[in-house]
Amino acid sequence: MEEVKLLGWWVSPFSRRVELALKLKGVGYEYIEQDLAHKSQLLLEYNPVHKKVPVLVHNGKTMAESLVILEYIDETWPNNPILPRNPYDKAMARFWAQFIEEKCNGGLWKIMWCKDEEERGKLVEEASQCFITLEGELKGNKFFGGEEIGMVDIAANFIGYWLGVVQEVSGMELVTRDKFPVLCKWMDEFVEHSVVKETLPPRDELHAEFEARLGAPSWKY
Amino acid sequence: MSKNELVILDCWASPFCMRVKIALAEKGLDYEERAEDLFGGKSDLLLTSNPIYKKVPVFLHDGKPLCESSVIVSYIDETWPAPALLPSTPYERSQARFWADYIDKKNSMQLFDSTSAIWKASGDDAVESAKKEFVEVLKVLEGALGEKEYFAGDAFGYVDILAIPITSWFLASEKFGNFKVEAECPKLSAWIKRCMEKETVAKVIPDPEKIYEFVVNLRKMFGIA
Repeated sequence: MEEVKLLGWWVSPFSRRVELALKLKGVGYEYIEQDLAHKSQLLLEYNPVHKKVPVLVHNGKTMAESLVILEYIDETWPNNPILPRNPYDKAMARFWAQFIEEKCNGGLWKIMWCKDEEERGKLVEEASQCFITLEGELKGNKFFGGEEIGMVDIAANFIGYWLGVVQEVSGMELVTRDKFPVLCKWMDEFVEHSVVKETLPPRDELHAEFEARLGAPSWKY
Repeated sequence: MSKNELVILDCWASPFCMRVKIALAEKGLDYEERAEDLFGGKSDLLLTSNPIYKKVPVFLHDGKPLCESSVIVSYIDETWPAPALLPSTPYERSQARFWADYIDKKNSMQLFDSTSAIWKASGDDAVESAKKEFVEVLKVLEGALGEKEYFAGDAFGYVDILAIPITSWFLASEKFGNFKVEAECPKLSAWIKRCMEKETVAKVIPDPEKIYEFVVNLRKMFGIA
């Protein structure tokens, strides 16, 4: 009997990535919602190094870091692969997932918390360049993974859905339809995907959550 | 059929390039090493094959470029499977990747950044603070190593390959920070010695004294007192 558990937080795009991969592969799991303001003993025991979600538990073995977990899921349940099988293409997918994490998501995070207007202007310019680069990688395909969703699309989930809500709440206009038509088309396809839909937190609740937090001094859990 | 022409765009002091070279040595592969002049002028090949980061290492397999050292090492392991660098089970691999991520974590405390912060720091307080953060990172890694010979157990592998090159920069940090890694983390220190005894590692990793001289010059270039 396979026992799969996921420690997550409904807001977190990182824990939603893992849910998406499990659902794409039809893997059943028990979801355990975490309160990151009051971290559970379980979370602290399962992820002592970072104390964050997501944590995947499979037959008692624990794993942390969403992109690491995605690779584990792909290797353990090989149906509906999320990574290419060819080593070169697989390496490229990993490269892009890291680029998204470091440059795109990392850049957005810095902007969201930057209070200085001039500094924010520079960060927005930098991030724009990264999004232009990312958009180029779609190469006329429906998804980064080609015809179907892959690891790169899953890694880009924050951009696919959460970014829209962040932009609404903060008034930031970084990724707009006229500036990034191709990327926005990918975002449309992403959120409409039948499995992705199941993993997206309700928009109005997410909006309220971001409104509360972006006004707060610190959101580092 | 693959001709197997392997090229690395390289800088002798870069721990990230060392990772790739150790992996290639472990697999017994021949390759061409092309030195890049990172300060004088990057080659056209570097700029076209790594337009996003414009950094070394770049690994070219029959002309097809790959960037980012951890991605390259994984690729080398998957393309030439013996001897294996990553462990055999998905769970053990997830642990190896977790520690690889920890060592290289962007926008956070990285092993290389935290050691460099010591010699980049200006003033005693800054140096002390940087040293403290670095030692914290080392202790986490020492905890991950535990009583094992190498990070994954008995066999030298992926995490060792990613971490050991960075240790060649520790002497520079020790001199500028006035401390010794061996005193703070004896088990990790023993692991460093163990790895350096391996031929594949010893022939790739430069003398830390040379890295120290390199750092002295970097500090002059950056105008650090």
